[in-house]
Amino acid sequence: MADDDGARFAEYAHPERLVSTDWLAEHLGDEGLVVIESDEDVLLYETGHIPGAVKVDWHTDLNDPVTRDYVDGESFAALFGRLGIGRDDTLVVYGDKSNWWAAYALWVFTLFGHRDVRLLDGGRAKWIAEERPLTRDATERPATDYPVVERDDSGVRAFREDVLEHFGSPLIDVRSPLEYSGERTTAPEYPEESALRAGHIPTAQNVPWAKAAAEDGTFKGRADLEAIYQDGAGLAPGDDVIAYCRIGERSSHTWFVLTHLLGYEKVRNYDGSWTEWGSSVRVPIVRGEQPGGVPSRA
Amino acid sequence: MSTPAGLEAIREEFLAVEPRDRLLLLLEFADDLPPLPERYGDAPELLERVPECQAPVFVKAEVADDGVHVHATAPAEAPTTRGFASVLAHGLEGLSREEALAVPDDFPDTLGLTAAVSPLRLRGMSGMLARIKRQLREA
Repeated sequence: MADDDGARFAEYAHPERLVSTDWLAEHLGDEGLVVIESDEDVLLYETGHIPGAVKVDWHTDLNDPVTRDYVDGESFAALFGRLGIGRDDTLVVYGDKSNWWAAYALWVFTLFGHRDVRLLDGGRAKWIAEERPLTRDATERPATDYPVVERDDSGVRAFREDVLEHFGSPLIDVRSPLEYSGERTTAPEYPEESALRAGHIPTAQNVPWAKAAAEDGTFKGRADLEAIYQDGAGLAPGDDVIAYCRIGERSSHTWFVLTHLLGYEKVRNYDGSWTEWGSSVRVPIVRGEQPGGVPSRA
Repeated sequence: MSTPAGLEAIREEFLAVEPRDRLLLLLEFADDLPPLPERYGDAPELLERVPECQAPVFVKAEVADDGVHVHATAPAEAPTTRGFASVLAHGLEGLSREEALAVPDDFPDTLGLTAAVSPLRLRGMSGMLARIKRQLREA
């Protein structure tokens, strides 16, 4: 598929990872393009979606139902096969909440090496604000034979052990300030759940994920993003960065920004995130607003 | 504890269809959540927030001469939560206080929605039911 070469994206490191609502409206129905909606609410797609879009739910489609992990290659192939997606198709992912869950789905697709995956800049809200069409009609696509590709966690996924080895290199905590300081274990407005301790991983800088989004849900321009992540949080291109949040969804959004918009080559998402770290025995935790120093090894 | 007839009928409706279609049935309930009576629309502080739900949802259960009424409000962008509230509002409508209090606490887990919606999300409905029953106990 042709890239969206609109001038707005040219300043990003990988402009081909974004498409505008205009571009999508023009290409809807094109051969080789599959549009995927991924939301926080499992029913939001059913209330009306972009015509022809299919749905991927982070809970019921991407998580293994037994092990706390993502699905394996076989289940992923079954999912994409059922949705009628080919290995060479261009995927455009969009969703609610400034593409928070869409970025998460895109990051999981990356683990399976699907090559051409893009985000719809501004997501579902921008499409609706522009009064573009939505439908409740079920999308019927002929099933495909998507290949079984083994998931490769080595490049963009970090585990607890990786974080313990990482001290001294930058960590980004993308949760809200109250979660970071340890007053809450979940975002304001969200149910308290799952972590036994509150606070943050020592040395992590707090850069709430939504700072990267403009008011209309689109990504901020490159200069603004550099001011936030480079001047503000002290990151430099070439850094080995690990981002985390509560379960790895919000940090997927930040992973997308650092990797695809700013061109950082070594960014990993720690999807175990606070629900794992905050319940782990004997890992170091800092409370309060300061990042804290590198912990001495036990 | 026993499930009253109205809620039992709703459960049978859910269990009668394939798991994937249960989501569409939940969507029908979401579409059909009755609007708040005006007296609450003007005074949202009379309603109780259900913090077990991800989306902002507020409920108010009351006992009138003609039985129990459950009112709830949740944004259109949170159809799952609206659906949960609507199931409870319709299923409890007009019951006596005792009948409503006798609804088993695990009713939400018996709708066959666990796989389609996920256990984490269903917890929101359990939280809603618990708060409704507490309000009825205090009413």
